[in-house]
Amino acid sequence: MGLWLGAVLAGIFVAMALLSFVWTPFPYAAMDIAQKLRPPSAAHWLGTDQFGRDVAAQLMVGARTSIAVAIVAVGIGMGAGVPLGLWAAATRGSWIDEVIQRGGDLVFAFPSLVIAILITSVFGPSAVNAILAIGIFNIPVFARVTRGGAISLWTLDYIRAARLAGKRGARISVEHILPNVANLLIVQGTIQFSLGILAEAGLSYVGLGAQPPTPSWGRMLADSHTLMGLAPQLALFPGLAIVLTVLGLNLLGDGLRDLMDPRLRRQA
Amino acid sequence: MPRYLLSRLGSLVLSLVVASVVIFVVVQVIPGDPATFMMGLNATPDTVEALRHSLGLTGPLPLRYLHWVGGMLTGDLGTSYTYRVPVAGLVLQRLQVSLPLTVYAMVLSSLLAFPAGMLAAARRGRGADLAVMGATQLGVAVPNFWFAMLLVIVFALRLRWLPAGGFPGWGGGLWPGLRGLTLPAVALALPQAAILTRVMRSALIETLSQDFIRTARAKGLSQGQAVRRHGLRNALIPVLTILGLQFSFLLAGAIIIENVFYLPGLGRLIFQGITQRDLIVVQSVVMLLVAAVIVVNFAVELAYALVDPRLRR
Repeated sequence: MGLWLGAVLAGIFVAMALLSFVWTPFPYAAMDIAQKLRPPSAAHWLGTDQFGRDVAAQLMVGARTSIAVAIVAVGIGMGAGVPLGLWAAATRGSWIDEVIQRGGDLVFAFPSLVIAILITSVFGPSAVNAILAIGIFNIPVFARVTRGGAISLWTLDYIRAARLAGKRGARISVEHILPNVANLLIVQGTIQFSLGILAEAGLSYVGLGAQPPTPSWGRMLADSHTLMGLAPQLALFPGLAIVLTVLGLNLLGDGLRDLMDPRLRRQA
Repeated sequence: MPRYLLSRLGSLVLSLVVASVVIFVVVQVIPGDPATFMMGLNATPDTVEALRHSLGLTGPLPLRYLHWVGGMLTGDLGTSYTYRVPVAGLVLQRLQVSLPLTVYAMVLSSLLAFPAGMLAAARRGRGADLAVMGATQLGVAVPNFWFAMLLVIVFALRLRWLPAGGFPGWGGGLWPGLRGLTLPAVALALPQAAILTRVMRSALIETLSQDFIRTARAKGLSQGQAVRRHGLRNALIPVLTILGLQFSFLLAGAIIIENVFYLPGLGRLIFQGITQRDLIVVQSVVMLLVAAVIVVNFAVELAYALVDPRLRR
């Protein structure tokens, strides 16, 4: 049940983001000062912000920003982390394995939010740098998951057979190990995706994510902060969007994990 | 054991060295020269150069690195560029906010998570378990700064029970200080509690399936007695590990919450250090936090090895 609820929730926001490319109730950046800070109405479904911009339209385009940042950050994590994890597993116990593992531990020791803030202030606040900052911390996560899954595979008979047949470690990793850790990676990818959305919102909230006029959920919340007394609904909708998306992705991840590995269902 | 200890100790020192080099290098590449930043647009190159010299920003990089690390080892964290006071003093001052806030948040999250986790484990698969697990799903999905804003709207702006921000300090007694930290602590505690509840639940379930629980039940203890006397203590190991990690992360991880509530904590010190190009503050405080995490991890690993000889490989 969680799987379906998660898929529907996540699907709604992906659909909203895609739809925003061709249609939004109002142009998202169109200001109308006469209509500022209106509560939800038939014309403006979710009301308007302090410049009279349509909140629903901003939310839809904001979904685009959040999803894009999180997807690319997961891509960076997988792109670098999976090969490192495969390499570490293939050379288990060697100094390469040790360096990769200790390197991961080291990255985990850094306060990720502080480093993300540092990175965005070094290279300037922008969506691209937010992606980089979030993506770097995804690398050891995927390396660890890949290594963990791969190591148990390396002891199996069909991998030994492949070695006896003369295949090298790299080829075995790609041909036999990778397809068998793919389900682990999909599950972890979903979790990192939702964490990425939270991280992007946090960075945008302190002004270090996507820059105006690109709408982003985190910045909508930051803008609403000073208006909390006047128009609390402005703080409500972007937050709900974040919660529902993250909730959907987490439920989806948990559901996929149970689906792919029924053994976990009994342990849970 | 001595050999194991020596190799762990070696990797501890190596981690600290690598971390310090990484932090030093990253801070060096931050664009914007602190001296130029401080002197403003009308400064002559000579005065900027003089300031750079007095800030210790001249000289070869490796030498400056060694100077910084040497200072850190003797408790000298450098002198803040903007405040012109020792960084160590600033850190101590900010810890008076961050430390109570962190402890407050952890106490709240433990008070919530321990009973909730125990309840879920005891009623596994039934209504109470599903309700608790559903709540934790929601808890990890809520961004803490958004939760903080909602708390402000309800408890500060509408009900006027608690201040919306700022920190009165501890000078006026314990109560005003605690009042100022209550909403931030609740906001920080919620996601932590969700994670802690899950860890507590799965650790308890794991423990309850062990043979010694069955033995305890067989010798006549009720399920509740078995959980309290034998299950809880064993389940606490992973829970304490998570608590330890959450502690070191909360100290700095409160950056955004401190911004929401205008609290002069450690996170805000780093954030202001970055925006004001007070790089020595950033460098030293980040190093301090990273070192804390590395040392805590080391201690945890060591404690495990002491308890479980199989881990001493």
